[in-house]
Amino acid sequence: MTIPKTKLKWIYETMYRIRRFEETMLEQTFKGNAMGVTHPSDGQEAPPTGICAHLTNDDWIGSTHRGHGHCIAKGLDTSAMMAEIMGRSTGQCGGKGGSMHIADFSKGMLGANAIVGASIPLAVGAALTAKYKDNETNSIGVSFFGDGATSQGILHESMNLASVWKLPVIFACENNGYAEATPAWYAVSTEDIASRAEGYGMPGIVVDGMDVFEVYDAAGEAVKRARAGEGPTLIEMKTYRYHGHFHADDTKKYRTDEEEKLFHQKDPISNFEKRVISQKLMTKTELESIKSEIEKEMLVAVEFAMNSPMPDIKDLYKDVYVEYSNSIQGLR
Amino acid sequence: MVEKTNTNPLGPGYENVPGKEMRFRDIFRDTLRAEMIRDENVFLMGEDISGGFDKKTKEPLDAWGGPFAATKGLVQEFGPKRIRDAPISEAAFTGAAVGAALTGLRPIVDLMYFDFVTVAYDQLLSNAAKSRYMFGGQTKVPMTLFARSGAGTGHAAQHSESFYSMLAHIPGLKVVVPSDPYSAKGLLAASIRDDDPVFLVNDKKLINLSGFVPDEDYTIELGKGRYLRNGNDITLVGMSYTSIVCKEAAEKLEADGISCEVIDMMSLSPFDEDILIESIKKTNNVVIVDEDTPRASMASEFAAVIADKGFDYLDSPIKRVTAPHSPVPYNRDLEKAFMPQPEDVVYSVKQVLGL
Repeated sequence: MTIPKTKLKWIYETMYRIRRFEETMLEQTFKGNAMGVTHPSDGQEAPPTGICAHLTNDDWIGSTHRGHGHCIAKGLDTSAMMAEIMGRSTGQCGGKGGSMHIADFSKGMLGANAIVGASIPLAVGAALTAKYKDNETNSIGVSFFGDGATSQGILHESMNLASVWKLPVIFACENNGYAEATPAWYAVSTEDIASRAEGYGMPGIVVDGMDVFEVYDAAGEAVKRARAGEGPTLIEMKTYRYHGHFHADDTKKYRTDEEEKLFHQKDPISNFEKRVISQKLMTKTELESIKSEIEKEMLVAVEFAMNSPMPDIKDLYKDVYVEYSNSIQGLR
Repeated sequence: MVEKTNTNPLGPGYENVPGKEMRFRDIFRDTLRAEMIRDENVFLMGEDISGGFDKKTKEPLDAWGGPFAATKGLVQEFGPKRIRDAPISEAAFTGAAVGAALTGLRPIVDLMYFDFVTVAYDQLLSNAAKSRYMFGGQTKVPMTLFARSGAGTGHAAQHSESFYSMLAHIPGLKVVVPSDPYSAKGLLAASIRDDDPVFLVNDKKLINLSGFVPDEDYTIELGKGRYLRNGNDITLVGMSYTSIVCKEAAEKLEADGISCEVIDMMSLSPFDEDILIESIKKTNNVVIVDEDTPRASMASEFAAVIADKGFDYLDSPIKRVTAPHSPVPYNRDLEKAFMPQPEDVVYSVKQVLGL
């Protein structure tokens, strides 16, 4: 699939933004500026980027505890994301969600979700809305989840449901080889997770999740199928997280240096650079200028977050219900 | 001592409101239908809600018409798009309903037996109830769920639960329990029109009971209780079917010259604290009747609120009449003994009043 120049630039910009956001966010976490745990997704830039390259704000995605990359690829503002991670009132969710619950409904982002597998049926439901409304907006739903979630019943129920109802859904599995510290070779009963698709009557495709071009091509086909009303697709993207399960996790305890090195050689960003330069699709200057813009954006994001006020304590009682009843604010 | 009262659910002055006697099951279906006509974004999902498909045409049949025939005839009128028969995947279709609600529809989920809630509980707790709050008020989840609770029909341990408190404990979720056809219509319509997720639990024992239902379109405010009977000596607090148990006990006690006030809570979350305190100010005594098991139950919660806010008005300890701390037994005699009976309420009232 030939990628238009503007899209190619967007892909590079998005992957680099995810990479630098995660690194910056980790720095801030270690400085004590994040208010809780964070789950970095650097190394896994290709899956969200290659898929969201085909989506618009009318399409919906469901995400995971490792959701920053999905948010960025869906167009969320990095300053509001950083502020959310720092628990500020200007954060994407007013400081009440945190790293694991960033959502932006105006961008078609149904929210990161910290129960493994729990966002999968939400994307199915969004696809149901699209079908219910006779595809007015031609929307689709994409559910991102990891290898760990494939052991959850909810994935299997959701795949069956989406297939039975022929819904426009993409099941996007980011297989990074580890569920926390437990390896997929131990916990997943099949070599290729994509093989699960057969049992639910949908195509299952395995791609190199470190290669954004491969992801882009596979996603293009799946999106086309979904928009044409031909039903769901499962895409398994074999990828790798450079950092641990969460910010303070030491991967040396359960991963080998050889393995880590191997995946760093497959780095989605540096391989993209090599490819576009050798194929004369983009120039070094173009890449450099994108990088420097993003460096500036990260500084702005941190400054914005650090200078933002904390939420009002009264926000504790806000938005539990659409109209909150005073009688249930707790017994004090 | 005994005061003659108006037990019409609409209260005094409403005797001439146009309406008719209807069965709970019929008004429930009619209300679903009315709400689907009223708003095209309202649709229903659940197992067997049309109930069967024609092998040749692949078109849905109205064979079952849903569990307890709650949706009988609706698939013919609205088609399979809006009466959406689901595979046996409570978690997935409840989750899909949350996704649909987050993206602009107003789904209704029929979970069949209340016991099946646990299978879908994560989607209810983690997604339906929390999305609005954890995403900083960006969104709302206008969905309604319903399921049948209660012992007394020989459905045994896994089809007879009444664990309302497992739902009422969830911030972000509303819980309502109709006790007659009148409240079924008003609470169901209000739940479907509400912008928060609402769970309506209906006791199986109510399904074939009849009662007066006004013809007009009306809703019952979520979070409000009502008086089924006014009295002076003691307050009986009921919810769902135990409101009927309380009424029957009140009638028996009337013969003994004891005047009972009967409150039907109707909503369990939020719930009407004011009506509890208002009544206890007058009667100074209270018995709470709940078919749920007693630990961390609604009965315990009502008792706690009464102790906290109404302690000074009490002349006697707050008494709870509940099921025992046990699963629901199958044997008819054991099952009857499991459920609070009017005689149990009468006994406790006399105990509380020192008679």
